Amino acid sequence: MNDLTPTPQERTAKLKGLGTSRKRVEDARFTQGKGNYVDDIKMPGMLHGDFVRSPYAHARVKSINADAARALPGVIAVLTAADLAPLNLHWMPTLAGDRQMVLADGKVLFQGQEVAFVVATDRYVCADAIELVEVDYEELPVVTDPFKALEPGAPVLREDLAGQTSGAHGARRHHNHIFLWETGDEAATNQVIEAAEVVAEEMIYYHRVHPCPLETCGCVASMDKVNGKLTVFGTFQAPHVVRTVASLLSGIEEHNIRVVSPDIGGGFGNKVGVYPGYVCSIVASIVTGKPVKWIEDRMDNLMATAFARDYWMKGRISATKDGRITGLHCHVTADHGAFDACADPTRFPAGFFHICTGSYDIPVAYVGVDGVYTNKAPGGVAYRCSFRVTEAAYFIERMIEVLAIELGMDAAELRSKNFIRKDQFPYTSALGWEYDSGDYHTAWDKALAAVDYAGLRREQADRVAAFRRGETRKLLGIGLTHFTEIVGAGPVKNCDILGMGMFDSCEIRIHPTGSAIARLGTISQGQGHATTFAQILATEIGLPADSITIEEGDTDTAPYGLGTYGSRSTPVAGAATAMAGRKIRAKAQMIAAWLLEVHDGDLEWDIDRFVVKGAPERFKTMKDIAYAAYHNAIPGIEPGLEAVSYYDPPNMTYPFGAYVCVMEIDVDTGTHEVRQFYALDDCGTRINPMIIEGQVHGGLTEALAIAMGQEIAYDGIGNCKNSTLMDFFLPTAVETPHYTTDHTETPSPHHPIGAKGVGESPNVGGVPAFSNAVHDAFRAFGLRQAHMPHDHWRIWKIANQLGLHG
Amino acid sequence: MSNVLWQHRLGGEQMIAAAFEYHRPAHLKGALGVLAEYGDDARVLAGGHSLIPMMKLRMASVGHLIDLQDIAELKGIRVAGGRVTIGAMTTQHEMIASTELSSAAPVIAEAAVQIADPQVRYMGTLGGNVANGDPGNDMPGLMQCLDATFTLAGPDGTREVAARDFYHSAYVTARGDDEILTRISFAAPKGGYAYEKQKRKIGDYATAACAVQVTMAGGKVTSASIAMTNLSDTPIFSAAAGAALVGTSGDAAAVKAAVTAAVAAINPTGDNRGPAEFKRHVAGIIIGRAIMRALSRA
Ligand SMILES: Cc1cc2nc3c(=O)[nH]c(=O)nc-3n(C[C@H](O)[C@H](O)[C@H](O)COP(=O)(O)OP(=O)(O)OC[C@H]3O[C@@H](n4cnc5c(N)ncnc54)[C@H](O)[C@@H]3O)c2cc1C
Repeated sequence: MNDLTPTPQERTAKLKGLGTSRKRVEDARFTQGKGNYVDDIKMPGMLHGDFVRSPYAHARVKSINADAARALPGVIAVLTAADLAPLNLHWMPTLAGDRQMVLADGKVLFQGQEVAFVVATDRYVCADAIELVEVDYEELPVVTDPFKALEPGAPVLREDLAGQTSGAHGARRHHNHIFLWETGDEAATNQVIEAAEVVAEEMIYYHRVHPCPLETCGCVASMDKVNGKLTVFGTFQAPHVVRTVASLLSGIEEHNIRVVSPDIGGGFGNKVGVYPGYVCSIVASIVTGKPVKWIEDRMDNLMATAFARDYWMKGRISATKDGRITGLHCHVTADHGAFDACADPTRFPAGFFHICTGSYDIPVAYVGVDGVYTNKAPGGVAYRCSFRVTEAAYFIERMIEVLAIELGMDAAELRSKNFIRKDQFPYTSALGWEYDSGDYHTAWDKALAAVDYAGLRREQADRVAAFRRGETRKLLGIGLTHFTEIVGAGPVKNCDILGMGMFDSCEIRIHPTGSAIARLGTISQGQGHATTFAQILATEIGLPADSITIEEGDTDTAPYGLGTYGSRSTPVAGAATAMAGRKIRAKAQMIAAWLLEVHDGDLEWDIDRFVVKGAPERFKTMKDIAYAAYHNAIPGIEPGLEAVSYYDPPNMTYPFGAYVCVMEIDVDTGTHEVRQFYALDDCGTRINPMIIEGQVHGGLTEALAIAMGQEIAYDGIGNCKNSTLMDFFLPTAVETPHYTTDHTETPSPHHPIGAKGVGESPNVGGVPAFSNAVHDAFRAFGLRQAHMPHDHWRIWKIANQLGLHG
Repeated sequence: MSNVLWQHRLGGEQMIAAAFEYHRPAHLKGALGVLAEYGDDARVLAGGHSLIPMMKLRMASVGHLIDLQDIAELKGIRVAGGRVTIGAMTTQHEMIASTELSSAAPVIAEAAVQIADPQVRYMGTLGGNVANGDPGNDMPGLMQCLDATFTLAGPDGTREVAARDFYHSAYVTARGDDEILTRISFAAPKGGYAYEKQKRKIGDYATAACAVQVTMAGGKVTSASIAMTNLSDTPIFSAAAGAALVGTSGDAAAVKAAVTAAVAAINPTGDNRGPAEFKRHVAGIIIGRAIMRALSRA
C-alpha cells in the first residue's frame, strides 16, 4: 500500500451504500418532465375507452340504448354487461373474496359505478358518445349509513348474494352483512373491564378518505392476435398479481401475458386493486385487435376507485386508578361500500387492525369487525399504511387520550407508564402479534425533551387562563402520539393475496466490468427504490451504488413478487436484495480464493474486496472478481456472476415513532395553525436518511390533509360530495407546516440488514398527532371526542357546543 | 366556478368539453358582431378559468366561443384625475403587479392575491371575474365596496351600470347576452382599507369575505363602505353597516353595530364549507376583522 491507496473511509464513501444520503437517481427524469407514465404511452392504432357511469347510488338498470352512441363517427364499440356475460367477465373476483360487477348487471349500487364502456378513436369522441348512451334507471332506496344498512328492513343491496348465509370470511347474519371477524379473548376482556377501577368508553370514527395519487389509475391493453400475446401497461402496484389475475380471468396462459408498470405517479394503495377499467380495456383490445387505453379523470378516481378507512370503532379501555391499562375491547363497524374490494392478505379481512393494542403492554384484548355493504364506492384500501394499521393507530391513540381524561392524568405520563419495555422484546401482544424490537421509552423521552413538553403544558395552562379572562380567542393544543406499525407482509405461512404467498424477490446480474443490474418483484411509485435498493446492494457486494441499475415492474423480466404497498418493499424485497447480494459475495469469495491462490476460508470481506487474512496487501476487489467470473476458466466454478433470492420473511417488522404536534386554534373561525411538528421515527437501520426525511414530510402532509379536511362524504341519497379537488382537500405548500424530523435506531433482529420500512409511518402516526392536538386544545373545556376531519366548520362546532362562543 | 355547481352535478361526469367553434376577433366590433350573429349560442372567453371548467363538466354548452384576448382596447390600467379605469381583459396578476394601481387602490392587490393561486391569476381577468356572476368571485363584492361602474358595449352602443346594481342572482346580471363588459372604473379610494377572506385552502372560494374602505377626520369616521362575498347568491353591499360607523370614533361598540347590520343583510347557504349558521357566525368575525384592519389604516 502507498499514499495513493484509498483509505477505508474513502472506499466506503465511494460505494454510497447504507446510511448515505444519496441523491435520488429518479429525480433527474422526473424533475425534467422525462418520466414515462402510462398516459405517455402511445401505440399505433390505439383506441380509447371511457365509462358511462351511474348518476344514482342505487337503481335498477331497466335498459341501455347505445344505438345513437354507436352511430357516432369514431365510435368502435359500446360494451355493456350483456356483451361481457358470454365471456363470464361481467363480474370479476375481488381481492377480498367477494365479486364485483365489471359493468352494471341489472342494477347499480353506488354513484359513479361503471355502466357501459365506450371505445372510440379518441378521447373526445368517447366523451361525446357517453352523452349519447341512454340508460333507463329506476331509483331504489339508498343506504349510506352502515348501521342503518344492518337494520332489519334495510334495502337489499346485493341481490346476487340472496340466500347466501356465509361468505369468504364466515357467516353473514344479514343481507347487507359481509363478515364478522374476531380475535382475542372476548370473555376474559369483558371480565377484566367489568371489574376495572376505571373504564373509558368511546366511539372513534375514522372517516372515509381517498389516496388520491396525483396520477390517476389507467392502462393500455394490447392484444397481438398474431403471436397471441397480451401486453398490459398500467398503474399497477402489484404487476405480477395483475398478470396472474388476468390469466385466470381471460384463460390466456400466463407466459403469454406481459404486465408492465411504467413510472407511477403515486399509489398509496389506490393502485393495488383490479378495476373494471382494466378488464374492459383488455376485452376491448381482444375484440378489436387494437391497443386500448383507459385513463381515469380526477372525478372517476375520487368517486369510483378505492377509497380508504370508513371505520366506526367502538372502544372500551380499562385501567387501575393509577393508570395501568388492564384491558381493551374494540368493535368495528366497517363500511366497505357496494362490494368487498379491500386489498388485504386473504386471511385478514380487517387487515392487521388487531395491532390496535399499539405501543402498550395490555394484558387482555378483543377485536371484532363487522363488514357491511352500503351504497358507496368499494375499496377499503391501505392508504399509505399497512392493512388497516392507520385505523388501529388512530383508535388506540384516541382511546389513550380519552382514558387520560377519565383518569385525570397527563396523556404523556399515561403512555410512558404503559409502554412495552425494552426488555420485553420480542413481545407477544394480547392479540397475537410478535413485536420484533423496540425501545419506546427512549424515543418518548427524547421527543418530550426536544419539544420541552413541560414548558408547553405550562404555556397551555397560561393560555387557558388568559382565554377564560377574555384576553385571547386562541387555544393551544398539544397532540401526542406514540405509534407502532406492523409492516412488511408477510410470512407465507399466514399471508397471501389470491393464494400467492407474500414473499418477494431480487435477481442480480454482475456485468464483467464491475457494474450490475438488479431486478425486483416490487414497483416504486415515488419511494425511490432505484436509489435505496442500489445502496443496500452496494454495501453487500462492494460495487458503487452508482454502478447498479435497479429495474422493476416488467413481468417479463422481473422475478415474481407481490408488489409495493404496506411498507413491504424494504422489509421483504430489501431483504431479498441483501440475501441475493450475499449469494453473489459467496461465489465471489471462491473466485477470489482461486485468483489469490489461497483457501476461501483464508479470505475476509473488506468493504469492496476480499483480503487475505493477515496480508492486507493481497486482495481482489469486487471489480476484479467480476471480470474474472467471465474471463477465467475456474475449475469447479460456473462462469458468470448472478444470483436470485426469494425471501419469505420470518416475521413482520414493527417500526415505531413519537410525534408531537403543537397547534393554535382560533375558536371563532375554526381555523388552525400548526406551530410546531416534531416527528421522531425509528425504522430500524436507516438506508438513506434523505429519502426517509422526504417520506416523512410527504406522509405527514397526507396526515395533515386527512385529519384537517380530507374526506369522501355522501349525502342522504348517495351523491358523492367531494369528487373534485375543489372539495377534496389536497394541501399545497401554503397549508403545509414546517416539520422537524428526528430518529432513534432500533434494528429489526430478523431482517438481514435490520431495516423496518418507513414510507407509511408518518401517515399512521401523523393523523392521531394532528387530531389529538385539536382535541387537546379543548380538553380543559370538557371535550372528549370529536370526529375527523377537523375542518373549520367542525372545529367551530366543537367550540360552539362547548359554549365558547358566548 | 364555485363548488355550488360542482356539488349539484350527479355522477355521469365528464371532463372533456363538447365541440365548439372558436372565434378570435381583433376588435371589439368584431366580437360584438359574432355575439349578435349567434345570440344565445355564443359566449365570450376571457381568462377561461371559470368558463372552461364549466364547459369541461358540460354544464355550459357553448356553440361559439369568442376569445377576447386579441382585443387591445380591453386591456390596461389607467389612473388619471383621481379615477381608476381597468380594462376588462386585465389579468389579476397584472393588477397585483401594477405599482400605479397599488398606490391608487391598494385594496385591489390585497383582494387579488387571495384569489386562487398564481396560475389562475395569470389567466383570470377582472372582467371575467365580475361578469361571471358567481357569488364566490371576490371582485364583485370589492367593486361594490369601491362603488365601481361597469361599462357595457352592445349593438346599440355603450352604457354604464353601477356594480351595486349589476347582480340580480347567481349568474344573472344586468348584462345582456349581446353585451360585452369593456372596462371597470371607480374613484381612487381614500383612507383605510381591508379585504379579509376565510377559505379552506389555497384555490378555494370564500367561506366568508369582506371588503372595507373607511375615511376618518378629527378622530371620527367620515365615510365607510362595506361589502361581502359568497354570503348570499350575489355580493352584498350593506349601506347600513357603513352608516353604523360614520360619525363614531370607530370604537368597539360602533364596530359591533356595523357587524350586526352587515350580518343582517346576508343570507348564506350551507355547502361543503359548513352550514349556514356557521357561515353567518364566521361572517361576523371576518367583517369585524376587516373593519378593524381598515380603521387601523385610516
Ligand atoms: C381553482 C380555481 C380557484 C378559483 N378561486 C377563485 C377565488 O377564490 N376567487 C375568485 O374570485 N375567483 C376564483 N376563481 C375564478 C377565477 O378568478 C376566474 O378566472 C374568474 O372567475 C373568471 O375570469 P376569467 O377571465 O377566467 O373569465 P372566463 O372564465 O373566461 O369567463 C367567465 C364568464 O364571464 C364571461 N365574460 C368574461 N369576460 C367577459 C366580458 N368582458 N364581457 C362579458 N362577459 C364576459 C364569460 O362569458 C363567462 O361566462 C378560481 C378559479 C379556479 C380554476
